[in-house]
Amino acid sequence: MGTGAHIGALRIELGRRYRFAASHRLHSTQLSDAENGRLYGKCNNPHGHGHNYVVEISLSGDVDPATGMIANLADLDGFVEREILEAFDHRSLNEEVPAFRDKVPTTENLCVEIFQRLKSFSPARLERVRVEETTNNSFEYTADNLTDPTGVAVNSEGNTL
Amino acid sequence: MILLTRKVEFSASHRYNNPDLSPEENRRIFGKCNNPHGHGHNYTLEVTVAGEPDPVTGMVLDLSELKKILEREVMQRMDHRHLNYEVPELAGQIPTCENVAKVIWQLLEPKITQGRLHRVRLYESPDLFADCYRNGAKEART
Repeated sequence: MGTGAHIGALRIELGRRYRFAASHRLHSTQLSDAENGRLYGKCNNPHGHGHNYVVEISLSGDVDPATGMIANLADLDGFVEREILEAFDHRSLNEEVPAFRDKVPTTENLCVEIFQRLKSFSPARLERVRVEETTNNSFEYTADNLTDPTGVAVNSEGNTL
Repeated sequence: MILLTRKVEFSASHRYNNPDLSPEENRRIFGKCNNPHGHGHNYTLEVTVAGEPDPVTGMVLDLSELKKILEREVMQRMDHRHLNYEVPELAGQIPTCENVAKVIWQLLEPKITQGRLHRVRLYESPDLFADCYRNGAKEART
């Protein structure tokens, strides 16, 4: 719920899309090489591969009557640039993002990592992070998960992964 | 419950300027969106209606009826118009994506009598959009 929101009131969310290109390799240190090969298939190829990722974020909050905005776009774009694009764009997620030293950089885990990096944005509240790994695969992580002890990601149909 | 979505596109111009702020403040806050003669976008509007299919027609509402409502309420008001000067419902508001989506919601909600308006999503560009819902009626995942 946005600040001061109540049931029946109109609720506005701002959506913004960003793009970055990065490489990754899906490989779990908890599995044997044979199991990794079976599970991840070509995504386990030793030298990795890349995607053009699209990150779509949604923010809720009050529309400031002076600006007509939930969040100043220049502030939001600068924040995402620093927190996400500089850290991920044209990089290897496995080698250059500390969170993926011990965690497989699936797009499920990437959604959670992006959410954690962006959730401190103020004054709007981060509601949702949706990441398209390709035009056919997308993954979502919502603020609802913050109160969910399993912290599960959901796919674009809203099903638990 | 079924969610039904219809999409329409319109083109309009706008300018961000708050007369209560100095020219310098307007420039700082709104950047090039403050350029004096305005600029324009191809907007894409997605209107989602929630309801149960009628057992006789199989429809939540007649799409041709929704098309007429969108033509009358949105297209005739906003298509090829200047949002600051030609849309009275936006008078006194900065015509941001957030405010335009809210005005579209307010125009459409009373006109949709079969099913109920669930979501208005307005894209100003493929990378910037605003969603409008009523609290308590929101499906978080789209």
